[in-house]
Amino acid sequence: MESIWQGFLEALRLLAIGDPEVVQVVLLSLQVSGTATAISVVIGVPLGLWLALHDFRGKPVLLSFVNFGMGLPPVVVGLFVSLLLWRYGPLGMFGLMYTPVAIVVAQAVIASPIIAGLSFAAIGSLEPKLRLQFLSLGATGLQTNWLLIKEARLGLMAAVMAGFGGVVSEVGASMMVGGNIRGETRVLTTATVMEVGRGNYELALALSFVLLMVAYSVVAVLTYSQNSRRQDAA
Amino acid sequence: MKKQVTVILMSIFLAILVLAGCGTKAPTAQQPAQPQVKDVILATTTSTQDSGLLDVLIPAFEKKTGYKIKTIAVGSGQAIAMGEKGEADLLLTHAPDAEKKVVEAGAAVNRRLVMHNDFIIIGPSADPAGIKGKAAMDAMKAIADAKAIFISRGDNSGTHQLEKKLWKQANITPAGSWYQEVGTGMGQALKMASEKQGYILTDRATYLAQAKNLGMPILVEGDAKLLNIYHVMEVNPAKYNKVNAAGAKAFADFLLSAEGQSMIASFGKEKYGQPLFFADGGKTDKDFGL
Repeated sequence: MESIWQGFLEALRLLAIGDPEVVQVVLLSLQVSGTATAISVVIGVPLGLWLALHDFRGKPVLLSFVNFGMGLPPVVVGLFVSLLLWRYGPLGMFGLMYTPVAIVVAQAVIASPIIAGLSFAAIGSLEPKLRLQFLSLGATGLQTNWLLIKEARLGLMAAVMAGFGGVVSEVGASMMVGGNIRGETRVLTTATVMEVGRGNYELALALSFVLLMVAYSVVAVLTYSQNSRRQDAA
Repeated sequence: MKKQVTVILMSIFLAILVLAGCGTKAPTAQQPAQPQVKDVILATTTSTQDSGLLDVLIPAFEKKTGYKIKTIAVGSGQAIAMGEKGEADLLLTHAPDAEKKVVEAGAAVNRRLVMHNDFIIIGPSADPAGIKGKAAMDAMKAIADAKAIFISRGDNSGTHQLEKKLWKQANITPAGSWYQEVGTGMGQALKMASEKQGYILTDRATYLAQAKNLGMPILVEGDAKLLNIYHVMEVNPAKYNKVNAAGAKAFADFLLSAEGQSMIASFGKEKYGQPLFFADGGKTDKDFGL
């Protein structure tokens, strides 16, 4: 137990003195997972909205795939993205393997179904007559969609948090497509795995706590905005 | 208020996007003769990274030449497989038999000896199989006879390949609950051996770097069979046109230069009281009787 406390103190110390290597790893983790989440929002929210508002044959099948995708194993995604991005793979000409972009791609694949599935649930659980009401009050289709998104914001914000939480804590895909390269693709999770491999348990623990703090800070900001919006609405 | 929050949220996302855009590092200013293709992918064994050796060598090389080494630390087996597919530019590995094969197949060229240290067998201090001081093969036999727990890397790494070779030479097919294949890197496997109080074959560098966490003594060492030799190879640019041949050669040459060799020879002396690697620039397999 003492070593956990030691790790926590070490995490605070590293952050307080602004250890350049740790700061760089933290910033990269935020950039990569933040960008991947942003991309997933752009893909996932419209997809969830569309699924919630349309009925068509085969919808249950499509939905089951989206829900299945919410639990996509990161290592499997990592392997598929690797095969695509290898130098001699179909997208090899872009030279993306072992770059931060490769991690963003893999994480966006992981987070998009999470955000799409939870968006569908959030928008789908709204009162169905709401949409008709908006339309009958003269709102255009786009305006209606926007109003529905605003109505479902609590659930959508939860979707964003789940997506971000899923990718910032993921290690399998980041290790495989990023390669844990110092100063370039080393993120908090891969750095932790490496320090465990090196037997530096205190540093590994410290990095874990930094990861927890970073994840918490982001989620706290989102939760705060979620709640202040709710009070507004009330 | 609603608008404010929306604005805040939007700006957070924008900030993340902008940050991500700036993520690609600005070219480090004023370096001697910028190479045309900077990135060099080095596929290597975990022991060179986990021991900390590359953290010393690579910054010195990058500062000197302007190349950027991208280290992918995996087992030697996987590193060589990356070379065979042309997905790496150079390989620093310790699996002589597999290395020779990849050179014969034409996927890698210019295989040169860089350094060596040795493998050791460590285990619980009580030594239930009584292997202390034995030759490597006798020790393996004793462990199998006693059915004492043995942790195998099980990942086709250089260490694992040597272990399989030793079992084969001892005419033993290890199987049963005492023989546990863990499929992880050396550092993690050592920790597992320590937790399970099992025997394990390890390279000396990774062991020394972790000895303080393990509490397991060296039981077998000094056998000629336990020599651990590291070679550097360049992936053949004639076969794979996307390979950064110039960068690969530059780093291989650096490893074998007087500067690189002296860094290897002195690495770890201060921290562990003994060097982790012995620099062998210019030697060949013949010098080791191979």
